[in-house]
Amino acid sequence: MNFSSIDELQTALSKYNYISERGLTTAIFLALKLGRPLFLEGEAGVGKTEVAKVLASLLDTELIRLQCYEGLDVHHAVYEWNYTRQMLHMRLVESRGERTTEAELFGPEFLLKRPLLQAIEDSREKAPVLLVDELDRSDEEFEAFLLEVLSDFQITIPEIGTIKAKHTPVVIVTSNRTREVHDALKRRCLYYWIDYPSFDKELSIIQTKVPQASAQLARQITGFIQELRQGDLYKLPGVAETLDWTAALVALDRQSLDYSIVDDTIGVILKYQDDVEKIRGERAKAILERATV
Amino acid sequence: MQNSNSNSNTSGHLLNNLILFGRLLRGLGLDMNPGRVMDVAHALEHVQIGRKPDFYFTLRSLLVHRHEDLSLFDEAFDAFWRKPVEGELIALPGLPHVRRPKKPRVVAPPLNAPPDPEGELPPPDPDQPPVVEVTPTYSDSEVLRKRDFSEMTGDELAAVKQLMAALVWHLGERRTRRKRPGHGQFIDLRRTVRKNLRYGGEILTWAQREFKFKPRPLVIIADVSGSMERYTRLLLHFIYGLTVGLHQPVESFVFSTRLTHVTRQLNHKNIDRALHEVSLAVNDWSGGTRMGDVLKDFNFHWGRRVLGRGAIVLLISDGWDRGDTELLGQEMARLQRNCHRLIWLNPLLGSPEYEPLTRGMQAALPHIDDFLPVHNLASLEDLAEHLVKLDGRRTPRRQAGTKV
Repeated sequence: MNFSSIDELQTALSKYNYISERGLTTAIFLALKLGRPLFLEGEAGVGKTEVAKVLASLLDTELIRLQCYEGLDVHHAVYEWNYTRQMLHMRLVESRGERTTEAELFGPEFLLKRPLLQAIEDSREKAPVLLVDELDRSDEEFEAFLLEVLSDFQITIPEIGTIKAKHTPVVIVTSNRTREVHDALKRRCLYYWIDYPSFDKELSIIQTKVPQASAQLARQITGFIQELRQGDLYKLPGVAETLDWTAALVALDRQSLDYSIVDDTIGVILKYQDDVEKIRGERAKAILERATV
Repeated sequence: MQNSNSNSNTSGHLLNNLILFGRLLRGLGLDMNPGRVMDVAHALEHVQIGRKPDFYFTLRSLLVHRHEDLSLFDEAFDAFWRKPVEGELIALPGLPHVRRPKKPRVVAPPLNAPPDPEGELPPPDPDQPPVVEVTPTYSDSEVLRKRDFSEMTGDELAAVKQLMAALVWHLGERRTRRKRPGHGQFIDLRRTVRKNLRYGGEILTWAQREFKFKPRPLVIIADVSGSMERYTRLLLHFIYGLTVGLHQPVESFVFSTRLTHVTRQLNHKNIDRALHEVSLAVNDWSGGTRMGDVLKDFNFHWGRRVLGRGAIVLLISDGWDRGDTELLGQEMARLQRNCHRLIWLNPLLGSPEYEPLTRGMQAALPHIDDFLPVHNLASLEDLAEHLVKLDGRRTPRRQAGTKV
């Protein structure tokens, strides 16, 4: 699909149940138009990963996800040789009384493709969406490697040669900022900071994602969460928590919030004991009163 | 850039203004170069530039790549594009002063130049023949090593700064989850297959991999409040020495009433320049201390960003605190939970009659892994030795509640 304007993209995104603010849509639009990676930063649970998922279904293409972690190396990110098959093959050839050559052992049929290689494979008909998730969890070594891949979308495998993407993949990189990602990498990308949503935006997210929730419940939940985010909590609840909570309350057949249910389910939105203690009781009551007006 | 003849003129103006805007941003300290402005010009072809939000977000997503620069960009954008100026850059009212100044060019002072106001060494007397500086003899340095920082004379300070710069720092290492070829417990199948290719599928030799080790990250939080005044300058030298001496990032913070992040300021090559930058960044030198609030600020806003990967935290303070001690205890506990080791350096601990009896110290003590003095050179050397040992294999942590 090709979008000629930001408005068109905005409409398409909302059709796929993603409520996006104008700024984010602009950034996505430009990423598509300019063929540049999009670097999304923001607190946990504000819908960074979701952008990639929605884009993939929107563009009707494959989503390739690379979850980052410390120690992520080329063998897990790019390619690996299928050793078991290689050894069996060597045995087989040996039993025929021949010798295996290196070239046949390190050929394409023994190659296992990992996400980055999959994304730039030249046999593709269509550019995929490549999601490099939580880049801040990887280490500097991998970051440097990724920078190389994102600069010219090609990967060199010593035994086979250089593979270059025919269609530049749509790349979404996300970070929770548990460490600063190096500027060199961010410079390659379009940058967007996803903030916690406004009241109206959060309300419409709830209504889109959990349509079973009653209008009253949705409003109350939004009010409650929005006010929680004003307080001095160690970990503020994200949109993901809001949706979990709504789903939980719907599962419990609730039409509205009351004190006892908030008390029972507070663990869905607050994940630190200090925070739970701080909110539970009087604070929860006060916030609830304001949210249920 | 130019789509047709009719709008080529407007595009020219726009490009001009973009370049000016780029210059303005660079003046404000954003990371900027002509190439990025060209990127914007290119991107604007795809956007209806009549719509201000689209125009704004196009510029922002291409020109800003740090969250902390967003507000600065907004101010500059509002000021500049409200009424675009052509030809020259006028002073824009209401814009903050250059926040992240460009690195000042360091020029060697000419002979007989007036003394550097930052330096503390006396200016060389032109009539005197130049004196070759002699490192203090053994007995001198031995006395110097044991002398309390707060009792030093100007000459001794200069000498101790030199000795301090010569200290070698190493941090204990942490086992990372990355592996490399070696003699560890993991089989390296890739190299194994290669090595055994010639044996026709019979594995005769194995190749192995082992864990890679890296030094732990270091975070320094230093008290620069009134009661620490006598030590502050030397301690900043010490922090600078650590920042330069360790070949890895060190995150530094200073506080009295408020917490200030000074990592960027301390990364300057010239020490006097670096300390000057720090003094500009901190607004509340020598104020009182509210450690509970300061640590809460650290835990809530910085902890997740700098404490990952088993960091070692050095907290430098004398423990004189005027704030809420309950909060202090609570935040110390949180800080200890979130780092590999919490080391409190207290300059008062050097004097034999000192006992940590202040309320603040009492609240904090149960949550400190190591309580060490930092009052003379010898104590710094001990610290250097201690830091090497913190590799997580040999040093058990102190549990809350046990005696020092």
